[in-house]
Amino acid sequence: MQQQIVKVKNKKGIHVIPGFSLSMGVTITLLGLIVLIPLASIALTASKLSPMEFFKIVTDKQVVSGYIVSLSCALIAALVNSVFGVILAWVLVRYDFPCKRIVDGMIELPFALPTAVAGIALTSLYVDKGWIGGIFAQAGIEIAYTSIGITIAMIFIGIPFVVRSIQPVLEKLDNEYEEAAAILGASRRRIFFKVIFPEIFPAMLTGFGLALARGIGEYGSVVFIAGNIPLKTQIAPLLIVSKLEQYKYADATAIALILLIISFLILLLINIIQVRTSKYTNS
Amino acid sequence: MKGILSKKLLALSVTGLVLGASIFTGCGNNTEEGTAGEAKKVEITNVSYDPTREFYAAYNEEFKKYWKEEKGEDVEIVASHGGSGSQARSVIEGNEADVVTLALARDITAIENEGLIESGWIDQFEHNSSPYTSTIVFLVRKGNEKGIKDWGDLVKDGVGVITPNPKTSGGACWNFLAAWAYADKEFNGDEAKIKDFVTKLYKNVLVLDSGARGSTSTFVENGQGDVLLAWENEAFLTLKEKPNEYEMITPSISILAEPSVAVVDSVAKERGTEEVASAYLEYLYSDAAQKLIGENFYRPTNETILKDFSKTFNLNMNMVTINDFGGWDKAYNDYFNDGAIFDQIYTAPAQ
Repeated sequence: MQQQIVKVKNKKGIHVIPGFSLSMGVTITLLGLIVLIPLASIALTASKLSPMEFFKIVTDKQVVSGYIVSLSCALIAALVNSVFGVILAWVLVRYDFPCKRIVDGMIELPFALPTAVAGIALTSLYVDKGWIGGIFAQAGIEIAYTSIGITIAMIFIGIPFVVRSIQPVLEKLDNEYEEAAAILGASRRRIFFKVIFPEIFPAMLTGFGLALARGIGEYGSVVFIAGNIPLKTQIAPLLIVSKLEQYKYADATAIALILLIISFLILLLINIIQVRTSKYTNS
Repeated sequence: MKGILSKKLLALSVTGLVLGASIFTGCGNNTEEGTAGEAKKVEITNVSYDPTREFYAAYNEEFKKYWKEEKGEDVEIVASHGGSGSQARSVIEGNEADVVTLALARDITAIENEGLIESGWIDQFEHNSSPYTSTIVFLVRKGNEKGIKDWGDLVKDGVGVITPNPKTSGGACWNFLAAWAYADKEFNGDEAKIKDFVTKLYKNVLVLDSGARGSTSTFVENGQGDVLLAWENEAFLTLKEKPNEYEMITPSISILAEPSVAVVDSVAKERGTEEVASAYLEYLYSDAAQKLIGENFYRPTNETILKDFSKTFNLNMNMVTINDFGGWDKAYNDYFNDGAIFDQIYTAPAQ
């Protein structure tokens, strides 16, 4: 193991910074204990099923609809977050205003709040008798207990991912580029789309991917606002819980495994796009 | 850019570790204390389900007094509450419970199937090991605008029903079976008509929450629906809190919900708490405990004490039991298993 790593880093010879083997060892142990072994155990439990059984479970009408609900809502939520995340990060980095620190700190609240609390609070706000839901109800739009409600909960839990991915990149971005572009006669819009946006695009993708993956697997906050009607507003993680409630562990992990694979493929795809785009922007 | 992603992942895994560690230490504490105390002190853990929280808080004080007088021993009772099914799973996965007091016999049977509880537990205590019972009633908003009197009114157009999903909440199986029992009587066992009835009923369900407490908050806090199908004791608690906003309706027929209790033999043996654990459950049948049960809106199984509460409970309801459905295993297979009747309500093509 060590040999390989050293080989990879061998371009510059020996490691200049001490403690490499120790910190790498800790990293691998942690990753193994916390990520790889639990994930492997999911695959192992699911492998108790025959391929036919596995196929039957994950193609069940309710399960497929659960995947579609979770995926489509998470996708919309991640897209919304990407747009508003850029705006939020932009405001926080580029402008000075009173209480900026507090606003900045608030971005992280969705991380800190237990998801069930978030779900209950969002639901009571967005039901047709709630503060916000009441306004929309007058226009005939129902939010809570529909897919709009699910999407809103996913926007809530996903926004920090996008903002926190973009912020450091914007902070590092040198004003000189914009000034140069302006002097050369570029319009403001052109400066944003041709100079700034390509720089923050990879970071936005990272945030998008993380928010999407989080949304697909989200249970705690969504389950309260979802309505959970089979084939309509039933999310995939709820079906996992429902299988567990029936003591069908293998079935539950089968559904989970597909979710995991979807999330993994999305993150992989995003990484590939990033590598491609960073070739252009960094060279 | 890849660096950002991997840094985030690392940060996440570190947070996970910290959280994990704190959970471990949190759980470790209570078991150690029990064995460390040299004085006559014993600790037992009661793993129960959500709506018994208030009752067991009161009962534990009562039992402590009793045990001190009887044996001169201090007993410390750790109570854990959650969804009945997930509580059963936590015991299966190694949560060291001396006794379990759950919503369904089925959840205890699941623990028995793992070899933690000896078979025959259901006959260890009186009344199928159910010291208290409850039933399914309707909670409606004050004034009962939709005029809901019985199950038949729930399938009418425009009536919004709130009830949890029996596939994620074991307790909600009772709701479904109670509706089934009504239709069974109404249509003289004509299965097609009964199915049609429950299908209509569940089509009127606006929100299918994952648990009973979730349904209560959907109905009470968020103002959804016209009627909540609720456990009688939960309905009483809501009435006690907000007497001017809700009314309780007892339908003509319902089901006698029998939450079961059992000693987790393997854990009690290992911790040497067998005697106190069975005494803890046995004492639930004492007059004092039965009174406490009634005061907490569960129905006492002791007939004489139940009569003392005749002002509280409607004792003239027509009740079926799980045995009318052939026991839990059969009932679960027939109605709630994947692809069984409950699933068909949603997946069957519309007529």
